[in-house]
Amino acid sequence: MSVLSSAILFPAVLNGLLTGAVYALVALGLTLIYGVLHIINFAHGALLSAAMFAAFFAFRLLGIDPYVAVFLLAPLFFAFGYALQRFIIGPASHRNDRNMLLVTLGIAVVIENALLYAFRADTRTIDVPYAFETVNFGFTFLAVPRVIGFAAVFVVALALWLIMNCTDIGRAIRAVAKERLGAELVGIDVAHVYAMTFGLGTACVAVAACLLIPNYYVNPSVGNAFVLVAFTIVVLGGMGSVPGALIGALLIGVVESLSGLLLGESLGQVGIFVIFIAVLLVRPNGLFGARA
Amino acid sequence: MSDQKFPFSRRQFLTTTAIGAAVAATGSVAMPSVLRAQGTAVKLGVLHPVTGALSYSGQQGRLGATTAIEEINAAGGVKGLGKIDAVLGDAQSTPEGGTAEVEKMNSAGVACIVGGYASNICLATTQAAARYELPYVVDVGVADGIVTRGLKNTFRFGPGFGVISKTALANLAAINDQAGKPAKTVMIVHEDSLFGSGLAKLLNAQLPQQGFQVLETIPHPTPTRDFNNVVLKIKAQNPDIVIPANYYNEYVLLARAMRQQQIKLKGIYSVLGGAASSYKFVKEFPEAAKFIMDCNHWFDPRNEKAQALKKKVEGRGQFFTYEVYMNYSCVYLIADALQRAASADRAKLTAALASSTFSGHVMPYGPTKFVNGQNEGAAPVNTQVLDNDIKVILPPSFANAKPVFPMPA
Amino acid sequence: MKGLAPIVAVIAVLAAVPFIVQSNATLNFLVVSLMVALAGQGWNILGGYAGQYSFGHAAFFGTGAYVTAILQVRYGVNAWVGFAAGIAAGAALGAVIGALAFRSGLRGSYFALVTLAFAEVLRILASVAPITGAGVGTLIKLDLGAQTFQFQSRAVFYWVILGLVGVSLAAARLIEHSRLGVWLIAVRENEDAAEALGVNARSVKSLAMVISGAITAAAGCFYAQYFLFVDSGIAYGTWISIEALLTPIIGGVGTVFGPLLGALVVKSLGEGAKLVTGDVPGLDLILYGAVLVLVIWFTPGGLIGGFAQLRKRLMRSATRAAASIQEAGHG
Repeated sequence: MSVLSSAILFPAVLNGLLTGAVYALVALGLTLIYGVLHIINFAHGALLSAAMFAAFFAFRLLGIDPYVAVFLLAPLFFAFGYALQRFIIGPASHRNDRNMLLVTLGIAVVIENALLYAFRADTRTIDVPYAFETVNFGFTFLAVPRVIGFAAVFVVALALWLIMNCTDIGRAIRAVAKERLGAELVGIDVAHVYAMTFGLGTACVAVAACLLIPNYYVNPSVGNAFVLVAFTIVVLGGMGSVPGALIGALLIGVVESLSGLLLGESLGQVGIFVIFIAVLLVRPNGLFGARA
Repeated sequence: MSDQKFPFSRRQFLTTTAIGAAVAATGSVAMPSVLRAQGTAVKLGVLHPVTGALSYSGQQGRLGATTAIEEINAAGGVKGLGKIDAVLGDAQSTPEGGTAEVEKMNSAGVACIVGGYASNICLATTQAAARYELPYVVDVGVADGIVTRGLKNTFRFGPGFGVISKTALANLAAINDQAGKPAKTVMIVHEDSLFGSGLAKLLNAQLPQQGFQVLETIPHPTPTRDFNNVVLKIKAQNPDIVIPANYYNEYVLLARAMRQQQIKLKGIYSVLGGAASSYKFVKEFPEAAKFIMDCNHWFDPRNEKAQALKKKVEGRGQFFTYEVYMNYSCVYLIADALQRAASADRAKLTAALASSTFSGHVMPYGPTKFVNGQNEGAAPVNTQVLDNDIKVILPPSFANAKPVFPMPA
Repeated sequence: MKGLAPIVAVIAVLAAVPFIVQSNATLNFLVVSLMVALAGQGWNILGGYAGQYSFGHAAFFGTGAYVTAILQVRYGVNAWVGFAAGIAAGAALGAVIGALAFRSGLRGSYFALVTLAFAEVLRILASVAPITGAGVGTLIKLDLGAQTFQFQSRAVFYWVILGLVGVSLAAARLIEHSRLGVWLIAVRENEDAAEALGVNARSVKSLAMVISGAITAAAGCFYAQYFLFVDSGIAYGTWISIEALLTPIIGGVGTVFGPLLGALVVKSLGEGAKLVTGDVPGLDLILYGAVLVLVIWFTPGGLIGGFAQLRKRLMRSATRAAASIQEAGHG
């Protein structure tokens, strides 16, 4: 059967969209942090790993289903992210973008190895009862957890949009993102806004973790597999753009899926980066990006 | 943005030289810790990637080696030489990390080094050890290149690629024949680095000779985040058998995806599968694990020492994985060689290893016989997940169950 | 050439080390540190002087490593010629990536991530292309001898890498003193203003990238000769991209000795952490990461900048003390 026949192509596109949704969840937090703090957060992957461990233990030790754990872990990780930015990253980097790079790198190393030290290197998985339930979509089966993840991403994106546009803190965040000095001059507490943004970004990661864990595994370095793609998506979509991250992620998901189909899973990965380079050469600020 | 002063200053010169010289002169290179034992006479380097991407396997390997050392020391150490001091090293899952540890171990005066685990690490570490004619026993690393470079110090206790793929295919043909040849078509899903690619190449060459048709060979990177497209291809081409060759995490995702897409196969025949002969996998995914066959490193189930070790390891809350018992066996092999050499001298130890005919290990290999560093008797074994347990199905001399093939619907 | 005297002095002192230190473990440590310093100096030319941060310097490192390895293994080319070819390949790659990226006007984080994307593309291609051995990698045959660039003694490798580092230091110094250096700094501080003043930003940045690529490729070629095995993860993995940017930033971006200092400190930190924490997996890296954060916290301009600040502070307090003593004397 030719790889281009619709029986394979169509499910592959669907797969791409579902995978892209997961990428979007990871990228949304990252783009928010970039848009405001202007740093590529190197610690994002490690935070994802930490959140996945949290989701894992919530299920294993407390019996809380991941979709319920979201409501517990998102606030928890929001607080963690807030504290991290307010008390460590902010002060350590002296507001210098480039130093924030290294600080987040250092934090990534600390978090990943703290997880290794505390929980050892074993890969763990949870077995939720609905993990193997599928939705029959023509000639392909879509796993229920992935479909839920897909729906959730739109909910999260909408929630973020509402926060950014309809709340005071959202306005403050957008002000700081656009013109930090000006925002400071009108009395906005920039350190607080930075911390809130980082907190929000980390909360997104926690949501991503809860949506991933029914269908994936967790170990101290699990987040690393998603980080590179997430960085790529953030830049592709335009840094700081929530719709950009969402659309970019779905696009990348589909590109990855189709190029994997045509070129093989190994070589197919190249599709992501080739598309990325191609887009940036034509639109140096990303699909929806403002000036760098 | 930058505050840097450009005119070069004495300060920079002083700082750099001072630090550089200080680092060198004080030899502030961390020496590996040494497990103190009384009346120590022999130092043994135990090198594994205990941090980084391979940390799980590295930690299991270290567990096997240190368990053996504890046992040997509890029984009084090596006869005539005394107890063994384990000099632990972390290869950090990279060849450079491994090489640095070999240097440190050499400086610490070890008689021999065991471990490495990954092929690319072993290639570098065996070479580094060869500079000092330091005997090195490779625990797992299956790449053929490890023993074909003419290094006199390198010994591999377990089998290499060539033997593994040959055995795997011969056994597959035997199982297929026994069942009346229900399977003709095969798809290979392998990880794309040294281990998977090397194996896939050999399989592709040898499968047609055994009468199988390879429909497609699908490589994938480690890590791979999603196998749904791979499973789509499997579904579309409907092979009789799927041959996976990958690491634990990817295997788990592949197995889950196959279940979600309701793939029906005559058999899943893994070669050096990451999870197919893993107690962990069987425990966590009993439904997905049923009837999977693997051709992999496995202990001799009839060996009492092996069963005792299994109990001990599981008693500690760890899974009894191949890294554990292979390292365990390697350490006993080295202890035996030390005893026969009656000395910790490297040249004598190397000669003792080369002439070794050791049977006190827990693997189904028979007595050791090293030719050009490779243990000739080393071979993989076929297992199948039956009754929520992993049973050996081939070769008959070590088997404790009969193969079930094709997989019941 | 007065600026070169300190460099010669530093190199001379470091060259004496193998006569003092016999431990091969330490020599190995220093060789690897110097190799990382070399890769970092390459990064520093582009990132420190030209202000263009790259996240994908692995692209140059890996190209140097693979070119020299493949030429030797598949085409029987002499190791030294292969080394030179690897450096040339790195320079050429720098020209290509620079042409593409700077022509499109990519800046800042966008540029950084494009370089990362290039490194990833190369990594993926290298992992499947037959010429690199694909997943299996390329193994250079062990054949000790000067003509094959493989030495029995670690000290010889040490001197080779030290020599290369010395050349890279000199290159940085010469750039600093040249018109190119002035243009680079102008572009770094404010590219638009520089353009307005007549600096051709694009060609200046591209030139920096060519030099940067050549230097980092040299580090890659050295890796191949020292470890004799290259695969796609080693050659193009993010580990070397991170080391290449970590060491100059820690040591001091845009300074001649920054990468060297940074490499020695960062690597020593890794060893020191192991010494302190022992064998428990992960603990040493936790310490390492924490110290990294602290170093940036307290020396935001890198270590060289930090020493500058310390010296200033000491001088200030010394002056104040002297002044108050004088006052007391006159009072």
